[in-house]
Amino acid sequence: MGAIYIMWLRELKRYVRSRAQIVVSLGQPALYLLALGYGFGPVFAKAGAGNYLQFMAPGVMGMTVLFSSVFSGMAMLWDRQFGFLKETLVAPVPRLHIMLGRTLGGATVAIIQGLLILVVCLIAGFRPHLWIAIPASFVFVAMIAIVFAALGASIGSVIQDMQGFQLLMNFLVMPIFFLSGALYPLSNLPRVLTWITHADPLSYGIDGLRGVLIGSWQFSFALDLAILAVLAAAFLSVSAWLFSRIQL
Amino acid sequence: MIQVENLTKTFDHFTAVKDISFHVDAGEIFAFLGPNGAGKTTTIKMLTTLLRPTSGRIHLDGFDPWVRQREARQSFGIVFQDPSLDSEQTAYENMELHGILYHVPHRVRAERIETLLRLFELWERRGDYVKTFSGGMKRRLEIARGFLHTPKILFLDEPTLGLDPQSRNQLWTHVKAINEKEKTTVFLTTHYMDEADRVAHRIAIMDHGAIVAIGTSAELRARTSTDSLEGAFLALTGTSLRDESASSTDNLRRFAQMWQRR
Repeated sequence: MGAIYIMWLRELKRYVRSRAQIVVSLGQPALYLLALGYGFGPVFAKAGAGNYLQFMAPGVMGMTVLFSSVFSGMAMLWDRQFGFLKETLVAPVPRLHIMLGRTLGGATVAIIQGLLILVVCLIAGFRPHLWIAIPASFVFVAMIAIVFAALGASIGSVIQDMQGFQLLMNFLVMPIFFLSGALYPLSNLPRVLTWITHADPLSYGIDGLRGVLIGSWQFSFALDLAILAVLAAAFLSVSAWLFSRIQL
Repeated sequence: MIQVENLTKTFDHFTAVKDISFHVDAGEIFAFLGPNGAGKTTTIKMLTTLLRPTSGRIHLDGFDPWVRQREARQSFGIVFQDPSLDSEQTAYENMELHGILYHVPHRVRAERIETLLRLFELWERRGDYVKTFSGGMKRRLEIARGFLHTPKILFLDEPTLGLDPQSRNQLWTHVKAINEKEKTTVFLTTHYMDEADRVAHRIAIMDHGAIVAIGTSAELRARTSTDSLEGAFLALTGTSLRDESASSTDNLRRFAQMWQRR
């Protein structure tokens, strides 16, 4: 238990201490929100689909949580490089505990980031259909954070160099974001794109967020939550297994 | 304390460690001396559960580290060849994290950390981030950390690599002091002859994955009819140069340096 706690605490300390990074990591979603939210707004309204800022704010929240959590897992690459990983690998505690501490720490940081970007959204003019929806939406924020922190940790256990990191960034994380329905509705898409978007785990997280916050569902509360829960369990198991196999 | 029988490690087409056997007594300082690429680090990795041996038997403090991994890990401390500190945390936080991972009870922890940081002359800098430390200070902190959970054996893999003579000298003084006070068995690897000569009770000379000789410095000198350990070393291992290829970790580190310079 001590190991889980201290590894979780380490992630949090690193986050709180890198204030510049906090600002930078919020800059990108804020840009999406302003440039796309206000930029596409008139077109979206003309198409009769309502207020685009309202539509995309939950998507931008999901995006922030996705990037933050995946990166926290991949940060294992740096620990491998700077050597700290070894200290935790030879410790007389189950590697599962190390893994859980890291993953929960990364997820906690992602949840905080999600909260901060929600505040940015509210300042930009986003309004949930019910105020009670805000605390409720954090069920989905937490689920997205855990699913992708675990996915990031699985990747972090496997890749050993910067090239691998770049590759996964371009061919996994960006597609997960762009094909999730964060920026556009998933209805009336070409058939192939529909299949792909339905296979994207983030689609269910974004749908959950959007459903809770503005009352617009593509799937349903139960389906979103069930799929995310199954994926969280699956990715946590995979990451624990991969982490336990690391040799130096 | 350490018993090794017929230990072998083969990577794809390359045998890094060939059928080595030796033992280390409790309280002893035992040095593995050998040129680069001799298999010293591979041996340490196998002893410390980081690498699974291809064949052979290991006993640490009476048990097989691969069967009872957690007990084995609790019983030893290790200082790696390259740094393993968290540079984004302070010296004290690094010690505390280690203490928690190694189940050092809360009451003892603070006191033990203070004793060790004072001994290794780091107490004044306990609140500073490790990234601000010099190479010598980082090494001292790692060794202090290795002793934190009062291990029975401390493994030191090339602990003085890249340190200036003053730091090396001071480091060994501290290690010897703890070895005498707490009777910790110390297993070290080095390619500095003078260190092995000065610090170790017994020395094993390793070359091309095999142990070519084991004994005290005097025994090794007598055996090769030379008057210095360096002479004995060269007589046993030859004078040809060794080449090592860079590991993926080395490549990654170089890459990161390139990035940070931009």
